[in-house]
Amino acid sequence: MAERTKKQRPAGPREQSSATETETAPAAESADRLKAELDGLLDEIDEVLETNAEDFVKSYVQKGGQ
Amino acid sequence: MAIPKVCGIETEYGIVVRNADLNAVTASSMLINAFLGRTETRTPWDFFDEQPGNDARGLLLGEILAPDIETHLVNTVLTNGARYYVDHAHPECSTPECRTTTETVLYDRAAEEIMRRSMQRAKALLPNDGEIVVYKNNSDGKGNSYGCHENFLVDRAVPFGRLVSQITPHFVTRQVFTGAGKVGCEAPGSVPGDVAYQLSQRADFFEEEVGLETTLKRPIVNTRDEPHCDPTKYRRLHVIVGDANMSEVATFLKVGTTAIVLSMIEDDALGNDLVLAHPVTAIRQVSNDPSLRTIIALANGKRLTALELQWELLDQARSWADRHGLDSVTVDDGKRILEEWENVLIGLERDPVSVANVVDWVAKKRLVDGYAERHSLQPTDVRLKAIDLQYSDLRADRSLAMRCGLRTLVDHDAAVQAIEQPPETTRAYFRGTCLARFSADIVAANWDSIVFDVGRDPLRRVPMMEPLRGTKALTGDLLTSCTNAAELIERLSETTPT
Repeated sequence: MAERTKKQRPAGPREQSSATETETAPAAESADRLKAELDGLLDEIDEVLETNAEDFVKSYVQKGGQ
Repeated sequence: MAIPKVCGIETEYGIVVRNADLNAVTASSMLINAFLGRTETRTPWDFFDEQPGNDARGLLLGEILAPDIETHLVNTVLTNGARYYVDHAHPECSTPECRTTTETVLYDRAAEEIMRRSMQRAKALLPNDGEIVVYKNNSDGKGNSYGCHENFLVDRAVPFGRLVSQITPHFVTRQVFTGAGKVGCEAPGSVPGDVAYQLSQRADFFEEEVGLETTLKRPIVNTRDEPHCDPTKYRRLHVIVGDANMSEVATFLKVGTTAIVLSMIEDDALGNDLVLAHPVTAIRQVSNDPSLRTIIALANGKRLTALELQWELLDQARSWADRHGLDSVTVDDGKRILEEWENVLIGLERDPVSVANVVDWVAKKRLVDGYAERHSLQPTDVRLKAIDLQYSDLRADRSLAMRCGLRTLVDHDAAVQAIEQPPETTRAYFRGTCLARFSADIVAANWDSIVFDVGRDPLRRVPMMEPLRGTKALTGDLLTSCTNAAELIERLSETTPT
């Protein structure tokens, strides 16, 4: 167990170096934003998801490849 | 000294025909022909010297294994240096050879644009709302899989056995960030409900640690020894274990981290400390656990999670880079790969949802879980499988991946340009530019040669056995100054820069 714990990284300095790329927001603040964003996405899925999901999934049959 | 990691990706796409009576082979051909209809290039592929039955371990199974070549199907070369063809009833596009990971991602995106244009042009030709739809995934949910293969140039001098044992830990654990996600399980003997969701599209289909097969009993390390370049100097490692990614960053990580780990193996900088005890068991264990807590056994008795093993690889990669430099993957790309690698591991460790904009399995799982919660669905509800499939639909108005906020690396205009323009720093430049300039005089082309018919001689084969020659720097002036293929052949026979 000690071996595994040792391999985990303290996030502090590494986060700072990557902040420009990932724009990591504080977890609490981003939770609401993520929830709202997901709700919007799910609305979109309701609109674009194949109307007959059962037929679509059943008929999605591929020949095996490599 | 690690050699330049020239790389490329070949993707077999899933295909669905709507409102038309076409089988998958005919539909795949129609896509390609519809795409080519507006270009002048129809140069066929040259099958000379293809030997998919050669085994890197030194066996020659060519006569035992049916050759994996279907010469009667549509098969062509594009001016960007790519190959676009029908393979096993799927449309397949292989990117040109690229010198950097960034460029490989660009040409993977260009391949998507090619598929999108193919769909649009085929639709315009089909009556009665007929449509051919293409999916960038690797399984139909019914036990049938089709591949997305990466290819890397590797030094022939590296003992193949060491290459196999040392790259396998990466192939088994990289799926924590390369997995495209899958609703359900297709492993032999599994029953519906066994696994609600897993990281990888492909893990269910791997039954061997190492071998030559690609269509059944698939091995984690494929031994196809068909370098498509100078076989005395190089191997082409044919990686069949990966998923096709919708996320550009995931493709970048898949190719980039693998290029680095292969470079470390070439420099003998990666010991045997991370060799796995049971790779085939481990690849499924890792895939089947989205909590990422599963512990896998190493050959030396230690036990690590996939994330811990990835941290270990990253640590060793950093110290390799300090000692040997990043020239094999180019310095700029190398730094970016190490940075993205670290970021994704930090994110996965803290909370996978934090990398839903990068990792396909996380992005897809978020949609599946959210939809199930909103509509109170059981994990086996068919609508969740529909989300899984539609995630990889390449139609912009249907694709779920294209609307879920994935971070992009490729500028759209650059991807469109890469449909026609070849990379400039590999032999793909010579291939693509010859096709653009002299296609009327080209009989056939493949990865390592072009066959010209200039009228007065027997056919002339121009070999391209060095992936890093035939570049713009070496052949750009020559190609620009020649007005026809005959002149090119004449001047090539004076000096052979390809």
